[in-house]
Amino acid sequence: MKSEIKQWFKSGDPWVTLTAGAVSVSLILVFGLLLLIAARGLGHFWPATLWEYDYKKLDDSVVRLVGEIHDTESVDAQRLRDAGIDIIGDAEVIRYLVKTGNRDVTGQDFRWILEPSIQAKRNPETLMTVERREWGNLYGYLNAVQENQQTVVVGKGVWESLQERLLRVTELFAEIRDLEKGEIGTINYGLERLRLRERALELENNTDPVARDSIKQERAEFNKEYAGLQQKLTDLYKAINRDQMMVTVSTGETIMVPLSKVVHAYRPNEMSLPDKLVFYIAKVWEFVSDEPREANTEGGIFPAIFGTVMMVIIMAIMVVPFGVVAAVYLREYAKQGPLTQLIRIAVNNLAGVPSIVYGVFGLGFFVYFLGGNLDQLFFPEALPTPTFGTPGLMWASLTLALLTVPVVIVATEEGLSRIPKSVREGSLALGATKAETLWRTVLPMASPAIMTGLILAIARAAGEVAPLMLVGVVKLAPSLPLDGNMPFLHLDRKFMHLGFHIYDVGFQSPNVEAARPLVYATALLLVVVIVALNLFAITIRNRLREKYRTLEN
Amino acid sequence: MPNSPTSPLSASVLPATDSAENLRRRRWRMTKDRLASYGVAMGGMAVILAIVLIFFYLLFVVLPLFSSADVERVAEYDLPSHNAGSAASLHLAMEEQAEIGFRLSADGRAVFFDLHNGTLINEVSLELPVGAEISSFAAGEPGPARFALGLSNGTALIARHVYNVSYPNDQRQITPVISYPLGEEPLEIDEDGEALKQIAFQEGEEMATVVAETADGRLLLTHFLKEESFMDDVPELEREQVLLSFNEQSRTQQSRAQQSQTQIVQLLLDKEQRNLYIIRADGSLIHFDVSDKTEPRQLQQLRLVDAGLNVTSVQFLTGDVSLLVGDSSGRVVQWFSVRDDRGNHTLKPIRDFTEQSHAISGLAPEFGRKGFIAADVNGQIAIYHSTAQRLLLAKSASEVAINKIAIAPRANALLVENINGGLSFWRIDNEHPEISWTSLWGKVWYESYEAPVYAWQSSAADDDFEPKLSITPLVYGTLKAAFYAMLLAMPLAIFGAIYTAYFMAPKMRQIVKPSIETMEALPTVILGFLAGLWLAPLMEENLPGIFCLLIVVPLGVLIFGFFWHQLPGAIRHRIPDGWEAALLVPVVLLLGAASFGLSEPLEIALFDGNMRSWMSNELGIGFDQRNALVVGLAMGFAVIPTIFSITEDAVFSVPKHLSFGSLALGATPWQTLVRVVILTASPGIFSAVMIGMGRAVGETMIVLMATGNTPVMDFSIFQGMRTLSANIAVEMPEAEVDSTHYRVLFLAALVLFSFTFIFNTLAEIVRQRLRTKYSSL
Repeated sequence: MKSEIKQWFKSGDPWVTLTAGAVSVSLILVFGLLLLIAARGLGHFWPATLWEYDYKKLDDSVVRLVGEIHDTESVDAQRLRDAGIDIIGDAEVIRYLVKTGNRDVTGQDFRWILEPSIQAKRNPETLMTVERREWGNLYGYLNAVQENQQTVVVGKGVWESLQERLLRVTELFAEIRDLEKGEIGTINYGLERLRLRERALELENNTDPVARDSIKQERAEFNKEYAGLQQKLTDLYKAINRDQMMVTVSTGETIMVPLSKVVHAYRPNEMSLPDKLVFYIAKVWEFVSDEPREANTEGGIFPAIFGTVMMVIIMAIMVVPFGVVAAVYLREYAKQGPLTQLIRIAVNNLAGVPSIVYGVFGLGFFVYFLGGNLDQLFFPEALPTPTFGTPGLMWASLTLALLTVPVVIVATEEGLSRIPKSVREGSLALGATKAETLWRTVLPMASPAIMTGLILAIARAAGEVAPLMLVGVVKLAPSLPLDGNMPFLHLDRKFMHLGFHIYDVGFQSPNVEAARPLVYATALLLVVVIVALNLFAITIRNRLREKYRTLEN
Repeated sequence: MPNSPTSPLSASVLPATDSAENLRRRRWRMTKDRLASYGVAMGGMAVILAIVLIFFYLLFVVLPLFSSADVERVAEYDLPSHNAGSAASLHLAMEEQAEIGFRLSADGRAVFFDLHNGTLINEVSLELPVGAEISSFAAGEPGPARFALGLSNGTALIARHVYNVSYPNDQRQITPVISYPLGEEPLEIDEDGEALKQIAFQEGEEMATVVAETADGRLLLTHFLKEESFMDDVPELEREQVLLSFNEQSRTQQSRAQQSQTQIVQLLLDKEQRNLYIIRADGSLIHFDVSDKTEPRQLQQLRLVDAGLNVTSVQFLTGDVSLLVGDSSGRVVQWFSVRDDRGNHTLKPIRDFTEQSHAISGLAPEFGRKGFIAADVNGQIAIYHSTAQRLLLAKSASEVAINKIAIAPRANALLVENINGGLSFWRIDNEHPEISWTSLWGKVWYESYEAPVYAWQSSAADDDFEPKLSITPLVYGTLKAAFYAMLLAMPLAIFGAIYTAYFMAPKMRQIVKPSIETMEALPTVILGFLAGLWLAPLMEENLPGIFCLLIVVPLGVLIFGFFWHQLPGAIRHRIPDGWEAALLVPVVLLLGAASFGLSEPLEIALFDGNMRSWMSNELGIGFDQRNALVVGLAMGFAVIPTIFSITEDAVFSVPKHLSFGSLALGATPWQTLVRVVILTASPGIFSAVMIGMGRAVGETMIVLMATGNTPVMDFSIFQGMRTLSANIAVEMPEAEVDSTHYRVLFLAALVLFSFTFIFNTLAEIVRQRLRTKYSSL
């Protein structure tokens, strides 16, 4: 045995095994991470079973608890005894983190319960989950539905009636939101523009009565329009506040819930698997298409997706031409010498400069210096409120463009260097000028490389958070950077971002425990997008390599 | 172009080569070509310049930190309302905007004048009692601009110069007035009516204190409690008095000469009205604790200067904690109380400023910063900053000796009075005095600290707070985080890359390489989130398991490898060569699960059930939930792909004939790897480590989320840290533009930039050389 071990060590195999182990560990880390995020992120939308427990408290009184199991762990019994909890036996004790909801009634969302103290548990079909716009989830039994404080349905048919009424409320809610965000938003925007125009006239010392009159007139029109909408809005609010429901919660109390505050009500325990699937898909859709609620801890992440996409698109528009021109210059036009080599190294290295440094530069140079001067020149009427002299979409995109331009340069250069000389020489020999060769032959052949660069740049930009914290991202943007008001694209607005959303909700939100599943879901979305983009880029790169390998032979 | 050979040439659709149209077209094409080359050159240069701009812009913002101060004489005039032959001013001051000057003459006239030309604006005679003369003067805190006059009849008059700002016709107008916060009636200090030879005074929200020495040598501490009066603005005062006496023997038997030596030359009371400093002619100082007004205690008596020198000027530094002592040799020394091990406070000389070589005649501390200006009898002024121990400027300001100086509240102007009754008004440009090499990188002895420390503490709620901007703890934190990250990442990534490049089956490599490389683009905010909210609590619960993992996994893998090796070939050869890594995945998973399972039993068996409390009790190691171990794991994970990818490339591109040659000569694969392949690829591996290091140093989100962000200098793996990048992310949004703090954060960014740039350039050069070496092989 001993000699065998000695022999084995002499062969060097143990070290090979160890290096193989390193690969295995790396692989486990990589895929484990992806699985972890996927499992936690996807599970969130599944309608969880609602349990009703008879739970014995520390003082031996029995209470009724209703909620969904959020987490399970086993604790050493000794540790619990140390904490002053009376537990018999010495093995592990299972305990559950139960989301009990009803924050407005009990004051807490979650509580740990110990398995041995559970006297009985049931999952009655009539137990319902109510997702509300405020105060988080509500769990309880539906008693009755009221209309204008008058009970209209009790007992049989109450559930169906509730669903019907919820449908109506949802429609009304959408109508109100459209009105407030759409038409009233437009009026407010118009009024603000008028105020700025007036101020601009003041600054120019322009006392032209015609201009002032036109402003006055427009303002009057806006106000008139607003008064009409206001009336409509009041009516809508009246309509949406018509219904409420009576719910019995676990403590036995009966509380009234206005339907206008309800997003969904469902009975997870009576749902069949297909029902659950449908519900699950609807929830996922809601997540990606809806606006956030409750300080971003519930609802959807649409504004964050939108902001991320907008920023990335604007960045891409800026980064591609500049990156390609710089690469073409370095590879095709500049004299190849030590200086070019030096520049190449420098550009390469810039890809490794910490992103926060770009953020600092963006804040100092773009926001305070460029933006401040732009405001002085073009938006003096808005001062002292800054227009471009404050972090915003444009500066964020520009900063990220600067951050990713080395990526595009490097990728494009690599593409250009892979195009065989014979192709260029052939084109030149046929009488094409250098520019024509470049435009008609070289660049089309390099286009996959440019695409690779662009995709890598987008992947990097989409995941970058640190610089954005300085140059334009906010936790909650009041309006999207793209809307129906002139000039439609508002480059000066602040925006929301998926990565920052993760940071903000995960670390700055008041109710981290409740928000956590949402953060996992957001993280999953971001990971999927970025991994997909990268895989796409890698595939393109490999294909490109293959293509020119054949060309060369 | 299909052109039938029979068609005559003239029928070609192409214009004749020398036709005008063709020539024009050719010219146009040439023009386009030239335009394109200019365009590309300009565009390319512009992009490259933009990139270079980053560095220069950072430098441009940082540089003002190190520029010295600048002064410029604006005007020079005679003392306004000054009778030739009469004594010089008792006091000089300026109002906030540095537009109006204030001068108190020895005969009790308050003179307000325009600082730019010396013209008189207003002159008020203070309401002195009939027959009384001013016998002493003391200024209170500079901000509220109160002062006390000791009178020859044993009373003291408290007054204040106030500047009312109004905006008639949208024009700012400043009206200077004299007010009497404690009433126009002088306060009775000495009941015997002896003249007050020396006086010190402070007034706070609730009380005022006057310390005075009478002509017959008694030292009286008089304390006034303010009580709100409903009748008018002047509060009612409750008076209390004690006689101060020194613990000095044989005071009565002193000779006349000795008496002149022990004569009090200055009394200083701090703004909290807790410490009294008595300066005597022989250069000694007596420190009294007067926080209990009925029972003052003498704390200390010491000499401020060496024998043969005289104390010529003493002032509080702003905050009234430090004393600035100027002596006849031109030296200024900062003293403050330091607590020793037994909790006793003793005054200690902290730092000295020796730029000047003539007796210091005036000291003017800045109002808001710990800087001050010293003037000497040679007419020189010097601007210093105490904490940074920095001389910002030394300049001759007067032909003759300077008698008095005053600094503007915003430290942007200076008033200099010389002994000939001339006054000069100077603008000061001194934006960032608090930054010096030592204050940024070295240990600094801050006021009321027991010893010099490295500290980063950029803001606080208190006004008197002095920002502590040493970036050493941040650099330390950065390196610590990077170190622990590399500790995990280096072995995993390098070994993994070596195996992937050298031993792995090509099919598996095609899957493994992209999947690990893709992780390079994984947003670090996700890693940070997982590290902070998932990994940190998990690790806290299973601390022994984590350490167990470090031992069990490598050992287990080795043991498994051995037994696998012993298996009969029939089983062994089912797994083709180069797929061992796949085989090991379940093994590693099992081992990992086993270590976690061992965690709790181990904790109970070895650490009394709780490793964290065991560590802090037995070893004295504190435990932070978000610590370097968490950061090391998460950031290690983030740099693995970087190192892996570059190492793998380096090992893989080692020319195959080298390893074939070695194998052909009978070396085992492992010997070939160690002696030939790795040796050849080592520069590439080095550059991989450098680039990985650069990434770890600059990583922001992981450290921001997975550490407590406390700027401590502790290398313990169980403590958190604050890195340069996280610090920028936390503080940059709140930093006021162009303030010192803002510029120091830019400096932090510049340090990061240079750091990573140097690392990366080094790596890149090594890699380039490696490439040339391979091509020659």
